[in-house]
Amino acid sequence: MSSVDVQKPVSGVRSALGFMALFRIEMLLALRKRADITNPLLFFVTVLALLPLGVGPEPELLAKMAPGMIWVMALLANMLSQESLFRGDFEDGTLEQLTLLPQPLYFAILAKSLVHWIATGLPLALLSPLLALMLNLPVDGYLCLLVSLLLGTASLSLIGAIGAALTVALRRPGLLLALIVMPLYVPVLIFGTGAVQAAIDGYAYSTQLAFLAALLATAAALAPLAAAGAIRISLDN
Amino acid sequence: MNWQWFHRLGSPRWFYQKTGAWLPWLALASVVLLSVGSVWGLGFVYEHGQQGNSYRIIYIHVPAALLALAGYYVMAISGAIGLIWRMKLSFAVMRAAASIGAVLSFICLVTGSLWGKPTWGTYWEWEARMTSMLILLFLYIGVIALSHAASREQSADKASALLALVGTVNIPIIYWSVNWWNSLHQRATLRVIEESRIDPVMFYPLLIMIIGFYCMYAWTLLTHTRTLLLKREMRTKWAQDELLGGR
Repeated sequence: MSSVDVQKPVSGVRSALGFMALFRIEMLLALRKRADITNPLLFFVTVLALLPLGVGPEPELLAKMAPGMIWVMALLANMLSQESLFRGDFEDGTLEQLTLLPQPLYFAILAKSLVHWIATGLPLALLSPLLALMLNLPVDGYLCLLVSLLLGTASLSLIGAIGAALTVALRRPGLLLALIVMPLYVPVLIFGTGAVQAAIDGYAYSTQLAFLAALLATAAALAPLAAAGAIRISLDN
Repeated sequence: MNWQWFHRLGSPRWFYQKTGAWLPWLALASVVLLSVGSVWGLGFVYEHGQQGNSYRIIYIHVPAALLALAGYYVMAISGAIGLIWRMKLSFAVMRAAASIGAVLSFICLVTGSLWGKPTWGTYWEWEARMTSMLILLFLYIGVIALSHAASREQSADKASALLALVGTVNIPIIYWSVNWWNSLHQRATLRVIEESRIDPVMFYPLLIMIIGFYCMYAWTLLTHTRTLLLKREMRTKWAQDELLGGR
């Protein structure tokens, strides 16, 4: 937000090519650092395994709590993995180079968020039916849980990027990042669990999924802009 | 159009000296209005038909809720002004508005739950408005926490201003989704108070309280901003003159 792009405008084609190149690099990096992919997933599974130990193993109770618990854990897993989104690039100076590219910073952040989603949200959503099975979620909710997590975690990755960008220059952002990002996650959580609950109760849930998709579209359009501004502020530090 | 006033507004010194004269008037207005409103509202207006005396908490609850919401926009707009025109002053206003707004939303939650005990039978009900207010409090806390986090004050200012703006985009979405969520989970026995036509006798003291709260808000906002400005401009001559009385 501070130093607006004053370089000569870049054509759409070149922006797209830049986006593809960044996406490829980020994907390669993500594939090489497997721990960044597996840790959020392991966290997700471990914490959900604690739930029956805490509230008791009654199948009815677990079934009632399953949609909400799976969604809250997805939120936490997503948020905890956001901290490293810009950290490495900030420390080795890559982030500064990204702001100097002729392409808008918007596309760089969009590429990073997309890779973040592929590395955390996508496997988490694919794993969710297994956890739903363990938590005794009624079978009617499985498909809806999967689709709502696919849509919702993408929004979470985009919104979380704002928090990650705002806190990247701080030494230990952990809890601060949670404070900043959690209230912004509320609508996604509401519509995500709302969709699964409706599916279990046997109602149509396309409305809730449509809202999740609308949130995703809004987040994709606006969140990288805010994150780009935040990165410029953090680099001033 | 003459923009001189706007540029002057950017100068902490000009602001400090100008607003000093307003403070006693704002203080007087808020003390008078708040005492008249609360004595009238709490002592003299007749009891509510169904709720008895417990409804009287609206004389504190409603103004606090209004200002907690309006205060978020005060904070976000002054943050935006700071980001766009690089004004030191507006960042100080933003920080002051953040802490006052957090206190007001906390007051709103406490009074709301005190009202809930005799009316609904619980101190806390996951009702749409209370839940939204709780999330608003979290948004305020996020901005305050971020504004204290960065080592350099300037970047902390800008970062929290940006977060406040992000929150502004989100508040309507959050409110709307919480309302939607609440409509699903509403229980039959508990009815959210409908916006019934309020009796003028009950309304006048409420109006006085609202205006009084606005005066008090302006008063505390100015005082808080002035203190922040003095602290930030500690090394300049004018601030030292103000504090030491020109010694």
